[in-house]
Formats: sequence, structure tokens, C-alpha cells
Amino acid sequence: MIWIENLWKNFENKEVLTGLELYIPRGETLVIMGRSGCGKSVLLKMITGLMKPDQGQIWVDGEDITTLSRKALNRTRQKLGMLFQSAALFDSMTVGENVGFMVSQHLQLSKREIDEIVAEKLHLVHLDDTQHLRPAELSGGMRKRVGLARAIACNPEVILYDEPTTGLDPITAVEINRLIRDLHQKLQVTSVVVTHDMESAFSVGTRMAMIDQGKVIAHGTPDEIWKIDNPVLQQFISNEDFHPN
Amino acid sequence: MNNQPSSHRQTLYDSRNLFVRFVDVVGARALNGIAGLGSATMLVWETWALAFRRPFQLKLLVHQLFLIGVNSIAVVLISGLFTGMVLATQGYYQLIQLSAEGTLGKFVTVSVVKELGPMVTAFVLAGRIGASITAELGTMKVTEQIDALEVMATNPVKYLVVPRFLACAIMLPILTLFAIIFGIAGGYLSAIILFDMNGLFFLKLAQANLFINSIIISLVKASAFGMAIASIGCYKGFTISSAGGAEGVGKSTTGSAVTSLVTILALDAFLNHLLYTVWGLQ
Repeated sequence: MIWIENLWKNFENKEVLTGLELYIPRGETLVIMGRSGCGKSVLLKMITGLMKPDQGQIWVDGEDITTLSRKALNRTRQKLGMLFQSAALFDSMTVGENVGFMVSQHLQLSKREIDEIVAEKLHLVHLDDTQHLRPAELSGGMRKRVGLARAIACNPEVILYDEPTTGLDPITAVEINRLIRDLHQKLQVTSVVVTHDMESAFSVGTRMAMIDQGKVIAHGTPDEIWKIDNPVLQQFISNEDFHPN
Repeated sequence: MNNQPSSHRQTLYDSRNLFVRFVDVVGARALNGIAGLGSATMLVWETWALAFRRPFQLKLLVHQLFLIGVNSIAVVLISGLFTGMVLATQGYYQLIQLSAEGTLGKFVTVSVVKELGPMVTAFVLAGRIGASITAELGTMKVTEQIDALEVMATNPVKYLVVPRFLACAIMLPILTLFAIIFGIAGGYLSAIILFDMNGLFFLKLAQANLFINSIIISLVKASAFGMAIASIGCYKGFTISSAGGAEGVGKSTTGSAVTSLVTILALDAFLNHLLYTVWGLQ
């Protein structure tokens, strides 16, 4: 579904990605782990075409999005849904308008049909009858769930999650993890989850990849990841002190 | 004595160093300025190109027309009225020295129609609308809402900039027309209340000097000012660094208002030269 080949990115002489290679098969939930600033969010921005790599290719459903025109890129983007770290809900719109935004922009549907889709998606994230609320009236967990409902509004083939549990209390974080698993089962989508929350990572991931120094240093199923003998990875997932010397 | 050449060399080195740093700072600022001008021009170009391409965002345009027009009308009318009053008061004291106080109606009308009407309206909207556009788009940028638009396959320039650009270009001339009417009315009130002048004579002179060409030129200038205010407001909002946070939004909002005011003055000088001197319009 997504194939990333030899990806490089520099920011003001700081190398963030240095020839990253990654394959995300259709229908899998891949968790991308790594320390803060290692390039996880940058990678998501590149998959969505928000940022261009300095070098390398990103194939999404057979198309190299690094070379696409804006029009073609927007066609590919309609296959993607993204949950932003801050949820990025539009303040000026209600919850219903937020969830129905992409549908109203890209599908020729009546208001009644859009309202039905909005109600269905809000039901999937357990937020029935919240259409009239404003983002400012929502809690952090509710905002994430509305963001998720908005991400799945156009039935995407891929859902990208940027730190879905960051800033949430443990109970809400567990709810979000459960929701990600439920949606994966119900919608049969490919998911990419960027996180450094290990509980969330092992809870939702069917495959996992660890990024360090701009490259993927470990890749496999959760069971395989535990067995990989890499000190950085083991320190990261077991949360123990790491002393390279 | 032995230290003198060394001290001289050090002074020379320091002054060279200072000069290099000065050139470095000025050069960097100049390059940034040129790059910014280039990016802003690209944004205006893209805005023009998308403004005439389907789908037309009519609902958003009407919303912006309402926000920019209806919500600004009161402040524009008050500003226009007081500008006319001040102009008549100052003008009267200057004209009386030439024994030409009777021409106050002409003086106020020509000044308000050709310059003060569009300028006052543009200044009011640069502070009120330009800054608000920057603050709104800047907040959207730092909270990833603009990224969200892009990921949802919606062009932010088409969705956010085009309606604001068109609304400013349409509403500025309309508001200018109101400012002109209230400016002349302010001058009239000053003339009859403060200087006990003949109101009918004032209005006859005003009418005699109210040329349709002048009004059209004034409205064209107002539309250009509107486009400048919207472009600068949107550009400043779009170029806030995501890491800038609330401080970045504040700085860009102030910068937007200041840049708009300076641009309006420069644009006015350029358009006056082009319309009145080069093309010979009156």
C-alpha cells in the first residue's frame, strides 16, 4: 500500500531522515516509534504530501506522490485520512461541519445525505448527537474522536495517526487505542500510527518500526520487535536507562 | 610606542569586522525582503488564477463580504464624517488667508473624493480587516488547520485567500463611496455650524466639482487598496512558522497592519502618478 524508498530530509543542515526505507502492507496497522525529533511526524507530512523530501520516493497505492502535480496529489489525498496531534479541528465550524467538510467539498451529495454520513461517522467514534457543538466546547479526548470521525468521513484506504494519545489521560488514551483497533477491524483500512507511547504502540500495532538517526533500525510484528537485539530499540520499548558505553 | 601598530591593526580589524557584520545583517534583511516579495507575488498570482476557476466558493464569499463590509460600515462612516469635518476646519483657516473661503465646498469635495475617501477607508480596513485576517489564518497555521485543509485535498489558497481577496476588492470601493458621502457631509456640517457659511452654496460648489471620472478613479484605487490589504493579511498569516505559537501570531498581526499602511501609501503614490500624470485622467 505504502512504499518508502531512500528518503532523505535536511532542516538547516540537520539531517532528519537519512535514506529511510519502509514498506507498509495493505490492511496492516504499522506503528512508527522513535525519540522526539527523530522525524516521525516529518515522515507523516511527507506521506500526505505536505512536505517534499530532499531525495527519495514515496509510493501510495502505486503512485509516487513526490512527483505528482497538485491536482493528482489531491486525488491521492482523497484516499487518505489523517488524525493530527492537536486534532486540528476548524474552530469556526461545528462538529458536524468539521466531520462533513471533506464530503461536502468533494462529493456531490445533498445536505441530508451529508448529515447522514456525519451521524454515522460520529456514531463510530461514540459521539452521537454532538453535531451542533463547537470544538471549543469539547474535551481533549472528544476533540481527538471528532478528528478521527473527520478523517474517516470519505472512507479512506489509509488512516494516518500523529501521536493519537499524546496529552490525554490514561483512561481516555485507552479509549482512543480501542477506537483505533475497532476502526481497523470495521473499516479494513491500512493505518500508520506515529507515537512514542509504548502502551499505545503495542495495543494498536500489527507491525512496528523503530526510527533512529534517520533510518528504520527495526521492523516487525510486536512479538518480533521484543526479540530484536538492538540496544536503542530495547531501551525504548522497555523504558530502561540506556548507557551506550 | 611598540603597541601603536598593533593597536592600529586591531582598530582596523574591528572596524572591518563591524562593516562585514553590517553588510551581513543588511544583506540578509534585503534578501529576506526580496524573497518575501517574491512569495507574496506568487500568492497574489495563484489567487487571481484560482478566483476564476470552478468551484466558486460563493457561500464563503458572501460570508466575507458581510464580515468585511457590514461589520466595518459604522467605523468607516464615523471616520469619513470626522475626516470631512477636520478637513473643512483646517481648509477654512488656510483659504481665508487667500480670501478664498467661499471655495471650501470645492476644496473638501475634491480632497475627499480624490484622496481622503479611499485613503481613510483603506487605513481603517488595514487595521481592522488586514490584521484580523492575519490573526485568523496565523492561528489556523499554528494549530495545523491549514495542513488539515491540504490533507483533505482542499487548496487553502482557494478556500481561504480567494474569498477574502475578492471580498476586500469588492467592499473597499463600496465603503469608500460611503466614506466620500459622509466626508462631504462632515465638511458641510463644519461649514454651516462652525463658520456660519451658506450651506446651499457649499453644496452647489461640491456638486459642481463632483466628476464621475474622479469617483471612478477613486473607486479603482480603493479596489487596489483592498486587494493589497487582503494579500498582505493572508500572506502574513500563511507565513507564520508553526513553531511561532501565539507570539508569532501577535508579531505577524502587527506586521500585517504596518506593512498594509506603508503599501497603501506607496500604492497611492504610484496610482496617482499612473492615473493622473501618465494617463492624464482628471
